[in-house]
Amino acid sequence: MLSGTGLVAGYRKGTPVLNGMDIEIPAGSVVGLAGPSGCGKSTLARVLSLLQQPWAGRVSVDGAVVTGFRHAAPREQRTAIGLVFQQPRQAVDPRFTLWRIIAEPLHALGRSEELSGRVAELAEHLGVSDELLSRRPHEVSDGQLQRACLARALAVRPRYLVCDEMTAMLDASTTAALVRVVDEQVRDAGTGVLAISHDERLLERWAHRVVRLCPAPVWEGDRRPFRGGPTPDEV
Amino acid sequence: MGDVRESVPESTAWESGSGQWRSAARKRAGTPRGGGREVRARIRLWGSLGTLVALVLAALLVPALAGNEGGVHYEAIRLPPSPEHPFGTDTAGRDVFVRALAGLRVSLLVAAVSALVSTVLGAAVGTIAGALGGWTDRLLMRVVDTVNAVPHLLLGIVIVALYRGSVVAVVLSIALTHWTAVARIVRSEVLSLRQRPYIDAAISGGATRWRVLHRHLLPAIVPQAALSAVLLIPHAVWHETALSFLGLGLPPHMASIGNILGDGREAVLLGAWWIILFPSALLVVTTLAVSGIAASWRDGVVPRRRSELAL
Repeated sequence: MLSGTGLVAGYRKGTPVLNGMDIEIPAGSVVGLAGPSGCGKSTLARVLSLLQQPWAGRVSVDGAVVTGFRHAAPREQRTAIGLVFQQPRQAVDPRFTLWRIIAEPLHALGRSEELSGRVAELAEHLGVSDELLSRRPHEVSDGQLQRACLARALAVRPRYLVCDEMTAMLDASTTAALVRVVDEQVRDAGTGVLAISHDERLLERWAHRVVRLCPAPVWEGDRRPFRGGPTPDEV
Repeated sequence: MGDVRESVPESTAWESGSGQWRSAARKRAGTPRGGGREVRARIRLWGSLGTLVALVLAALLVPALAGNEGGVHYEAIRLPPSPEHPFGTDTAGRDVFVRALAGLRVSLLVAAVSALVSTVLGAAVGTIAGALGGWTDRLLMRVVDTVNAVPHLLLGIVIVALYRGSVVAVVLSIALTHWTAVARIVRSEVLSLRQRPYIDAAISGGATRWRVLHRHLLPAIVPQAALSAVLLIPHAVWHETALSFLGLGLPPHMASIGNILGDGREAVLLGAWWIILFPSALLVVTTLAVSGIAASWRDGVVPRRRSELAL
């Protein structure tokens, strides 16, 4: 299980975006996360992906408490959690071809023996043709690029997957295709998924459980602005 | 359907206040209409390239072909420009044309090596500071501030004075005083790149610090660093000239523009103006040619400049 307990995180001192957040993502299930813009969904995704250190609280992966974040986190813990970003164009190195984008995590882990087989398998699974694999990001559409990004996140077979508004910029058919691939991962490999989305209807159909992040009211007047913590409201 | 610009005269539509639009051909007040700017930019690029290629070829070929023409001839001291000696002769009877081109070759070589060394050094410091951040960044940036706080020529003179008459000393005196600008540019570029989601994706995919650095960050800063190196060349030419003019630069037997100007300054008092004028003009033309190429490159690399040009 991927879990966060009492997470407090933010960007400016004194104004936390997340304030005492608890969340659990069991293996083999999809947990939906909904909430308005600015309530801390992406911050939570970064914290759970070990890319941002929380100010307080604890993240644990399969019972092992995480002690370091970003490069300070052990490689095994980092690669146990895959991350798919909202904007695929920002999430890929513009100089890389799609093949290299998908292969990069395998290269980084030195698994060169399974490189070509795994990339071909993922590309086929996600509907990325051989011709597309040789193109660079500016030569493909957002949908095609997001397919490559999901393939990259799945390349090293993560035990958990964090999808941060993965389908926000995509058409219905691409959304359906990506969700189907993620569902197969959940079913076949027992991957635990945190699906973040604005689209409540999508989450209702996709997730086994939906958590709603609600920002507390912002005080105005003489009082110091206060961003209250989200209230998990499980459905 | 008629052309809108034809039906409403451009000058009256905006200035009289009757229309709420202005012609698409004139996007910003004060910018010239039409493609004049692009044409000028293209002329600058090709003119600069042609001039530099011609100068480099001349600097390589003329001294080699001239043989002893550039040597000492006591019977031909301080001859004014003539068809035989287009730039005249100097106080030792040497042909100024051949000597100036030989000097240009040395000056350009020293400048190019200095620019390369300082760019590599600056890029390394900037990348390490930007990529590691924290105390490493603060410490390295204070070193940059310290080097910047001392006048470059003064620091260069100190370095040259320690190892006088050596080409390596001149190269080091220029390189060790000019890497700071490159370091600052590269550091800011790396700091900006570090925040990009694709770096997060690489970290999440198990990439080490070194891998992020050499697979993602270093290739991204190469255009900026190369541009800095080219922009540094004209500056380094002048720096070398200044050191040689002060008698602290290259050894006297090695012709450089600075040496020629240093030797020729007394001759000006005797009326031999050509010894100073022609090598100086050659230096100015070379500098403008390299700067022209660098400026065209910068317009292509830096989007803000490119968009300004498009207006």
